[in-house]
Formats: sequence, C-alpha cells, structure tokens
Amino acid sequence: MADIGLGHYLTVAAILFATGMFGIFLNRKNVIVILMSIELLLLGVNINLVAFSVELGDMVGQVFSLFILTVAAAEAAIGLAILVVFFRNRGSIAVDDINGMKG
Amino acid sequence: MTSACAPMRPTVEEPGKHMIATLVFYMFALICVASGVLVVTSRNPVHSVLFLILAFFNAGGLFVLAGAEFLAMLLVIVYVGAVAVLFMFVVMMLDVTVAEMKQGFLNYLPIGLLVVAIFIGEMLASASVWHMAPEAAANIQAKTPGVDVMSNTSALAELLYTRYVYLFQAAGLVLLVAMIGAIVLTHRKRKDSKKQVISRQLARDAKEAVVLKKVETGRGI
Repeated sequence: MADIGLGHYLTVAAILFATGMFGIFLNRKNVIVILMSIELLLLGVNINLVAFSVELGDMVGQVFSLFILTVAAAEAAIGLAILVVFFRNRGSIAVDDINGMKG
Repeated sequence: MTSACAPMRPTVEEPGKHMIATLVFYMFALICVASGVLVVTSRNPVHSVLFLILAFFNAGGLFVLAGAEFLAMLLVIVYVGAVAVLFMFVVMMLDVTVAEMKQGFLNYLPIGLLVVAIFIGEMLASASVWHMAPEAAANIQAKTPGVDVMSNTSALAELLYTRYVYLFQAAGLVLLVAMIGAIVLTHRKRKDSKKQVISRQLARDAKEAVVLKKVETGRGI
C-alpha cells in the first residue's frame, strides 16, 4: 500500500468540499441542511490547511485552521438564530418560501 | 501529484505499524466522506445532524493521524459538543416534516451535478500539473517543533499567545459579537409575563398604601 501523504488528505478534503457544494444545490427544502453543507465545506478547507501545515512543518496553518473553526462556530450560531426568527415570523424554513426580497 | 505524496511523518521502521496507519487513514477517510454524502442526501434532517457528527468525529481522527492533536480535540469538543448539538436543538425545535423534505428533491439535481462536475474537473486539472514550489520550504513562518521537544498543543499555544495574540483577541471578539447577535435576534419581549417594576415598588410608602378608617360602633362599614 502506498504511503499516506499530502495527496491523500487533499483528496479527502476535495471530496468533502464537493459534497458540501452539492448539498447547497441539491437541498431546496430545508435551510438547516444548507447550513450543515457550509460546515462540510469549512471542514474540507480545514483538512487542507492541516495537511499542508503538517507536510511543510509550519504551525501557522494550524493557527489559521483554529481561526476558521472560530468563525465557523460564530456563523453557525448566527445562522441558526436567524433561522429561528424566520421560522417564528413565517412558519416555514423551506428555501422556496424565502422570497421576501424578491431576489 | 506524485511528488507530493512523500510520507507526512518520519517513516516508521516496522512495516506492520505503517500498514496499520494506512488502514486507519482509509477507515477514517471513507467514513468521513460517506457520512458527508449522507448529511446531504438524508431525507430526515435529524439523520443529517447525526451524520454530521459522525463526519466531524472522523475528521478529528484524520487530524490525529496527521499530527494535529489539538485541532482534533477542538473539533470533537467544539463541533460535536456545541455546534452539532445546536443544530440538533434547532432541527427538533422547528419541527420540519419528513414528507415535506421529499418533494422537489430532484429539481435541482442536474445543476448541482453540473457545478460539482466543473469543480472536480478544475481540481483534477490543477492537481495533474501541481507540484510543491522548491522555495516553499524556505518560506516557513513557524517551524513545527519535533514531538520530542514540545507537544502539538504547546507549540500552538506558543504561537497563539505571542505572535498572534491580537488575532486571538479578535477571534474572541468575533465570538462575543456572535453571542450577542444570537441573543438579540432570538430574544423577544413577552407581554404576558409579570415582572417587578422597581421604581413603583420604591415609590410606594405606608401613607398612601394604608388607609385607617374609623368605624362607628355597632354600624359596620
């Protein structure tokens, strides 16, 4: 079996990222699943950063990854709060029903 | 990408250990990817959240395998412990029916597949000609100390509390703003709840609260 190297980690990250993108497009009924897809995207990016950090022997990649985790947590909290308020006002969180701004 | 496939950690002497590391990598990677796909394709949002937790656990395993222990623990504690539970809480509170999820599932499948195919094509195209720049090794900002010198957590802390201390504080501010924002967004005034009004309580005194009546004997009020 081949050595596990940078390429393997990058492949996993790319597949996770593609899955997240696919989820954003596929799911039009539930905004929560779109938020979860965004979490998957960020997870893929984090795996990329950690893989390069370990490959190059540079700690800065892991520091950056930590900041991404922070921002992702903040984003999830705010997104879910907005969702709760939206559901309270409209009684639905289907993507098709979110047309208040006529965009 | 063949040049990039050098072993990430110093090669282990015994071949048995090496093979176990490889097998464990494939286990974590496969479960992570599979649960990622199931997050997206599940009909039931509660199942989606559970698969998200599984995906984060296995990504944490991948981090441990790569040698980033602190981030792995952070992923498990922060994501599985806090964010996923938050998701679960909201999913259960908002009560989305499973039947509602079923319709319209396939409407956007073609464009989703198109975009993902374009993305994967771009990744493959760039990966086929990509190689590590020779000067990349000279551009290292903070060299990772060996595991015999310092643990991963200590190395991260030494960077975070010295060179990146302002960014660290800024990250704290981001979390503070998110917390305040979430409270402000979801908080609502309840009209039917009874509350103390301190000023009215303090303004009240015995003279106006108590009235003495002289009742004549034998007459009643």
